[in-house]
Amino acid sequence: MEYPDGLHYTKDHEWALEEEGVVTIGITDYAQSELGDVVFVELPEEGTVIKAGEPFGVVESVKSVSDLYCPVSGEVLEVNGDLEGEPELVNSSCYDAGWMVKIAVSNKKELGELLSADQYADYIKSLK
Amino acid sequence: MKRTVLYDRHVALGARIVPFGGWDMPVQYAGVLAEHEAVRHRAGLFDVCHMGEVFISGPDSTAFINSIQTNNVAGMAAGQVLYSVMCDEKGNALDDLLVYRLGPQSWLLIVNAGNSDKDYAWMASHTDGSRVTVQNRSADFGLLALQGPKAVAIAAAVIAFPQELKYYHFALASFEGAEVLVSRTGYTGEDGVELMAPAGKTAALWDALMTAGKDDGIAPCGLAVRDLLRIEAGYSLYGHELDADIDPLTAGLRWVVKMDHEFIGKGALEGLIPARKKIAFTLEGKNIPRQGFSLLVDGVPAGTVTSGTFSPSLQKPIGIGYIAADKGVSPGGAIAVDIRGKQVSARVCKLPFINSGVFK
Repeated sequence: MEYPDGLHYTKDHEWALEEEGVVTIGITDYAQSELGDVVFVELPEEGTVIKAGEPFGVVESVKSVSDLYCPVSGEVLEVNGDLEGEPELVNSSCYDAGWMVKIAVSNKKELGELLSADQYADYIKSLK
Repeated sequence: MKRTVLYDRHVALGARIVPFGGWDMPVQYAGVLAEHEAVRHRAGLFDVCHMGEVFISGPDSTAFINSIQTNNVAGMAAGQVLYSVMCDEKGNALDDLLVYRLGPQSWLLIVNAGNSDKDYAWMASHTDGSRVTVQNRSADFGLLALQGPKAVAIAAAVIAFPQELKYYHFALASFEGAEVLVSRTGYTGEDGVELMAPAGKTAALWDALMTAGKDDGIAPCGLAVRDLLRIEAGYSLYGHELDADIDPLTAGLRWVVKMDHEFIGKGALEGLIPARKKIAFTLEGKNIPRQGFSLLVDGVPAGTVTSGTFSPSLQKPIGIGYIAADKGVSPGGAIAVDIRGKQVSARVCKLPFINSGVFK
């Protein structure tokens, strides 16, 4: 399992990357592995305003469905349209081509409340 | 939680293990889609050791078996297999099962893992002076399912069984000095065999099949793809299309309910006009219909999803469910599925979803 440094992580298994006030969000290697083959990702419309901790979408795999919880509050600037035709990108490239939404973060302090890569890795160990 | 004799192999093969019917079972190895592809195009090997084996013998065994389930076994020849349902007095399904006629007075019943103790207790409590012996020998045997277009050839490379063996027939064969029951049955909609071996020989048989099938691309397969394959094939699963509140007529299993013999639940099933009917549907969206989701007709809740998945064969979500019979829903008709508050359009279709590769 890979948990790259520099990303922020949630206990719901999303990652967040902040770059100049824009936060890119996806799900972690652990999450994609637990879900299995992803066959559909339901994402919000651009312009949607979401609060931290609220669901913003759904990932469907063959066997299960999971809500996506937003790590930070803000407005959705962009959604990854590639996932519509290639939802399997979430499995093959969860930190890169399988990203889900970009959000204009309204409160950067929320990022500080998320887990570091090491903290998230420890959290995963505690689940086993 | 119980473990099958193959547990260590599953772990070594990198399987994800989940609890199922009281057992720690492999849910997937390489991934559901890869395993699906293997079974539909080559061969997949399943550990189904968790299923229950109940042996019934004695002079009254034919009458006894007929008294506790819906199909009529009296005309079966030794070497035949029959699908049937065991009902309670209300006509509801206690389990669905396979009946094997081993000999004139000797039978094997293969029952669902989660139901096997309950089934055995039910059978044993209904012998009522009959000259029968009912034995739960689930711990003595292992069961493997080898399914897919290459399955029979791979099995034949490991164990000699009659090439003319027909669908829903079985033969006894020998593996490393042990007797193995090879049946042309399965649960995937593909050609294949199921092999019942003594528990002590099951792991060696698994290894031999995996080795023999290597060049043909055999894949170990878990519960997740088993469920996916059986939905595509339109087969019922206990706990989904069948349970203690569903009778076999409502479940679309009228073909295994024979009114020409007396059985527990017959009175309730005679003249029963089901209030619900089983339907199959494909979704026009990409969300997956899950068990328990509502089915809507003209925007009004009229039924429930019992099974749903993404079909790799059709490249779209598919589902099975029950809908009020008086809604007049039939193949070709439009319904909707309530998916987390959103009405997603669906089209009713016939079962099975895919053309079966079963050899008949």
